[in-house]
Amino acid sequence: MLALLWKDLLLEFRTKERISSLFVLSFLIVLVFVFALSPEQIQGPAIEAALLWVTLVFAGMLSLQRAFLIEQERGCFSGLLLTPIEPGTLFLAKMLGNVLFLLLVELIVAPLSLALFSAPLLPSLFMLPVVLLLGTVGFSALGTLFAAIAVRTRAREVLLPVMLLPLLVPLLIAAVKVTSAVLTGEEWYGVWFRVLVAFDIIFVVTGWLIFSQVVQE
Amino acid sequence: MTSWVIEAENLSKTFAWVPVLRGVSYRVAQGETVAVFGPNGAGKTTFLRLLATLLKPSGGTLQLFGHSPDDPVVRRKLGFLGHDSFLYPDLTPIENLTFYGKAYALSDLRSRIDFVLQFVGLHEWGNTQVRTFSRGMEQRVALARALLHEPNLLLLDEPYAGLDARGVAILQTALTQTKAQGKTVIFTTHDFALGLGLCDRAVIFNRGRIVWQSDGSLPGLQEFADIYHVNTQHVTRNT
Repeated sequence: MLALLWKDLLLEFRTKERISSLFVLSFLIVLVFVFALSPEQIQGPAIEAALLWVTLVFAGMLSLQRAFLIEQERGCFSGLLLTPIEPGTLFLAKMLGNVLFLLLVELIVAPLSLALFSAPLLPSLFMLPVVLLLGTVGFSALGTLFAAIAVRTRAREVLLPVMLLPLLVPLLIAAVKVTSAVLTGEEWYGVWFRVLVAFDIIFVVTGWLIFSQVVQE
Repeated sequence: MTSWVIEAENLSKTFAWVPVLRGVSYRVAQGETVAVFGPNGAGKTTFLRLLATLLKPSGGTLQLFGHSPDDPVVRRKLGFLGHDSFLYPDLTPIENLTFYGKAYALSDLRSRIDFVLQFVGLHEWGNTQVRTFSRGMEQRVALARALLHEPNLLLLDEPYAGLDARGVAILQTALTQTKAQGKTVIFTTHDFALGLGLCDRAVIFNRGRIVWQSDGSLPGLQEFADIYHVNTQHVTRNT
């Protein structure tokens, strides 16, 4: 798994395609919200949390596509399947790579967007990273599964969001609710926090177990 | 008792309801070198990709080294050189081979990489990105990748494609050495002279079927050309 992760990081370090496009896209989405909505409309933790997660989901979608596109060139995905690496390990490595890249983007985009939306940052300083991490793991787990399917189809750009977004709904609702609670300093460890944790566990385990079926021709 | 490396029984493969392989039965013993001939679309690549465990058969049975193709033990013993190089173009040959070497959990990785790069004559290019390579150079790095973990079964799909005279000589040496080590090699080619010069057995595919296979000694070049012509023409007219 470390070899796969090392290879993905090295490729990104060499090309910088994924991280730069993620930063630019996230920044542009935040700007679009800022320009499209008046400051009064953005006010309120629920809206601020929703806008933050919408930004991260669209940036994440791009990251997922890139993660498997680099494997398509020169048939590298077949090369991976030829090795004795277990498909489950392949899934975990790809998922972890996505989590790493998205966290890197969130490190800049989350404070920036919340500042632009004039959200109170101080109460959320410690818990917001935890919520972002949990949301990102769940998103990456489910997204890695579907990106592996979509990338081998002709309509991959359309297919991934069409398949992924409906299934992300529980995660999105939970992430927005918990983020909103964190931003207002309310109790955040209620039912939605547990939904977030359960979503992560279910899809990390499911992905690990069924990835061998997913990567079959 | 013969130790079979490949045992294919009534193997078939269909892509979107189009049959590409139809009931292929073939056995290959340890240490044999088999040349697979046939016109374009005959099913040679599909046959090799099935043997490489990259495709699942639609019908029939396949055993590799006495195991199911799904067994991870099998993948460790396979080396495959296909139409794609399986190399990351933004990485150098050393980085690519390091990655694949780690994937195969090779212990003496650095020395193996040095050896295979030296073998394919690209040692001095080890730190240059693969993207800048010509087709032939990339094919040579791909050969290094296929040989890196010293596979017991080497599958080569039109390995001479894109190679210059030096590349062809390197490949011939690789095949001769692999054969001398008692390993099994299966390769497809359109070049009768090169193919017959290296193999112990020859087989001709057409329309997804084996239409001819050598029995004992190999025919001469002209005789084989006639056999090829007759078998590929005949089956094409009758299907």
